[in-house]
Amino acid sequence: MAYTEEELKKELESKEYEYGFYTDIEADTFPIGLSEEIVRKISHKKQEPEWMTEWRLEAFRIWQQMKEPNWPNVSYEKPDYQAISYYSAPKKKDKYESLDEVDPELLETFNKLGISIDEQKKLAGVAVDIVMDSVSVATTFKDTLAEKGIIFCSISEAIKEHPELVRQYIGSVVPPKDNYFAALNSAVFSDGSFCYIPKGVQCPMELSTYFRINQAGTGQFERTLVIADESSYVSYLEGCTAPSRDENQLHAAVVELVAMDRAEIKYSTVQNWYPGDKNGKGGVFNFVTKRGLCHNHSKISWTQVETGSAVTWKYPSCILKGDHSIGEFYSIAVTNNYQQADTGTKMIHLGKNTRSTIISKGISAGKSQNSYRGLVQVNSRAKNARNFSQCDSLLMGNDCGAHTFPYIETQNNSAQIEHEATTSKIGEDQIFYCNQRGIDTEKAIALIVNGFSKEVLNKLPMEFAVEAQKLLEISLEGSVG
Amino acid sequence: MLTIENLHAEVEDKGILKGIDLDVKAGEIHAIMGPNGSGKSTLSSVIAGNEGYEVTQGNILFRGEEINDMSPEERAHKGIFLSFQYPVEIPGVSVTNFIKTALNAQRKASGKEDMPAGEMLKKIREKSSMLSIDSKFLSRSLNQGFSGGEKKRNEIFQMAMMEPQLAILDETDSGLDIDALKIVADGVNALRTDENATIVITHYQRLLEYIVPDFVHVLYDGKIVKSGTKELAKELEAKGYDWIKQEVTD
Repeated sequence: MAYTEEELKKELESKEYEYGFYTDIEADTFPIGLSEEIVRKISHKKQEPEWMTEWRLEAFRIWQQMKEPNWPNVSYEKPDYQAISYYSAPKKKDKYESLDEVDPELLETFNKLGISIDEQKKLAGVAVDIVMDSVSVATTFKDTLAEKGIIFCSISEAIKEHPELVRQYIGSVVPPKDNYFAALNSAVFSDGSFCYIPKGVQCPMELSTYFRINQAGTGQFERTLVIADESSYVSYLEGCTAPSRDENQLHAAVVELVAMDRAEIKYSTVQNWYPGDKNGKGGVFNFVTKRGLCHNHSKISWTQVETGSAVTWKYPSCILKGDHSIGEFYSIAVTNNYQQADTGTKMIHLGKNTRSTIISKGISAGKSQNSYRGLVQVNSRAKNARNFSQCDSLLMGNDCGAHTFPYIETQNNSAQIEHEATTSKIGEDQIFYCNQRGIDTEKAIALIVNGFSKEVLNKLPMEFAVEAQKLLEISLEGSVG
Repeated sequence: MLTIENLHAEVEDKGILKGIDLDVKAGEIHAIMGPNGSGKSTLSSVIAGNEGYEVTQGNILFRGEEINDMSPEERAHKGIFLSFQYPVEIPGVSVTNFIKTALNAQRKASGKEDMPAGEMLKKIREKSSMLSIDSKFLSRSLNQGFSGGEKKRNEIFQMAMMEPQLAILDETDSGLDIDALKIVADGVNALRTDENATIVITHYQRLLEYIVPDFVHVLYDGKIVKSGTKELAKELEAKGYDWIKQEVTD
C-alpha cells in the first residue's frame, strides 16, 4: 500500500520491540533497598579493598544529601530507590577460558540478538568483554592485548589486579558529587569495564563491550574507566540491548575517559534498551554520565546511536583541559511512541587552541519528545578556542516534538563558535518519489533516515555501522505485512 | 500497452480529470499538451498511482491488466516510470545509492537477486556517459543543490537504469537550456525501442522538435479535446492555446 501520514504513524506505533525475551539463568540477587549495609555488602561480595569500600560509602553519603534533578525536558515517575535490588549476578560466575564453558543458554541469548560471540571473534578482531547483569562472563583476545601491555578487563578485576591505576583515576573525571546519578553509581556500581593503554601503544583492535540488563527489577550500574596514556590510541565500542520487561528499569552508568598528552580515544555506543510499549508502559530509564578529560594535544571522540530507553538523560562531554586538545561529539538519537530523550554534550574549553565539533541528529516519531541540550563553554584562559555545532532534527508525523537547547558561554573574545540547526519532516512527496522508483514505504523511510544520519553513521567503525543501520530500521520502520 | 478509459479523478473533492480516453501502443511516443491547469500533471500522477488523487470513474489498463488498485511501487515494478516535473531532494542519499536501491527493489519484485556490484557499476558508467553525467555527480546527495538541468538529467539517467516499459516525462523540458534539452532528448531517443512506449507531457512544442511524437493530444479542462500528429503541435505553437479554448467553447 502506498503511504499516507496516518498509515505511517500507525505503522510506526505498531512496531514491537524485537529483542524482548528473557533468559532463565540462575541469578544471585540482593534484597531490595539501599543502605550503608547494602553498599558494604556489594563491596564485600566483590572482595574489594578497604579504600574502595570507603570510597563507595562516601559516595552514598553524598547521594543521600542530593536531590534527583528536575531540569531535563522529560517527565517520568521517579523510581523508588528503596524498591530496587542493587546487585544481581549470574550464579555461575567463574571466568571462562573458552566459549565451550559458557552457559549454552547465555550463548543462545546472544544468538537471538544476532551477536554471536563466535562471529564477533572472527569479525575484524573485536575483543568482546560481555557484561550480562553486572558480572563479566566472557573475555576474549586478552592475550593479544596483554602482549602490548594493554589492560582490558572488568572493573572489579582491575580493582583487585591494578588498584594503583583505579585508585588514581576513578572519580577523577566524574567525581561522586558531580550529580545525583553519578553519586548513586559510585556507591553501588556492580561492574563495568576497565581499559588502560600504555604510552605510545596503538591498540591493534577495536575493544568492545555488550551490556545487557537481564534480571527483573534490578538496576544496572555500570562503571567504565578508560585511560589512554601518552601518545596512545584506542577505539572502544559499547553496545546494548535489553529484554522486554513491564516495570521500569533504572540504568545509571558512569563512563570516565582520560586522554593523556597526544593520546586519542574514540568511544562509540549503540544503545537499544527496551523503550517501553506503544502506550508508553515500561522501558529503561537511562541516566548516564559520560565524560572525558583531554590533556595537551589529545583527542576524545564520542559517537552514539541511541534508539532505545523510555527516558534518556545523557550528555557525553569533553573537558578540553590541555592546550591544542580536541573534543568531538557525533550523535543520532531516535525516539518513537512515548520515548523521551534529553541528550547532547558539553564541550568545556579550558586550554589554548582547543577545538570541538558537535554533530547531533535527532529523529522523532510517534508521540515522542526528542531534545538536544548542549553546552559550549570557553574559559578565559582558552585563547583561540573553536567550536562548530550542527543540530538537525527529523520529524515523522504530527504528534512528536523536537527541541534544541544550545547553551553558549564564552569568557574569551578570541573564541569562534558556530551553531547551525535545521528541522525537517519526511514528506509524502519524498515517499511517493521512492515508491515510484519501486521502493516500498518501509525501505523508503530507512533510506531517508539513513541519509539523514549519514554523517554520524560514517563515524562508527564498519561492523558497528551495519548494526546501527539495522537498529535505525528496527526502531522506525514498523513491521509491514 | 496503456489503455485509459473514461478516467475521472479528483483531488480534495475537486474534479481534475473529467473523462480521459487514451491508447498507447508499444513503440509509440505520445505527446500530451495543454495550457496550465488543464490536468496534465494530474494525469501522470494518477497513472503512476499517487494516492493524493482519487480515481472516481474509469479504468487504467497496463498491458491488459487493470492497475487502478495497485500501489505506486507495484506499478513501478510492472514497468511504469515517471520522470518528475519537480524531483524531490533526499539529503545524504547519493544518486548511486538511490538508483541501486531502486533497481534492486525492482529485481526483488520479479524474484531476482540483487545485481552484482560489478555489473551495477558497469551499467551506471554506461548510462551516465550516455547522458554526459560526470562521475562526481553520482556521489552527490539526490537532487540536493542540483540545478534544474541536473535534476532533469538525473531523472532520465534513472529511466535509463530502470529500462521501463512505459516512461512518462512530465514537463521534462521546463528549466532546461537548449544544450541540456538536446542531451536529455538524445537520451530518451536512444532508449526508444519497439517494445517500450513514451508519454511526453509538455506545455511547449520546443521539446517535440527533439523527441518526435507519433501522436499529439491536447488536454483542456480535464478532457482530451483534440488529437492529431506532430503537425498539431506546430499548429498549437502558431495559434496558441486560445485557439483550442475557442474551439471547445464554440
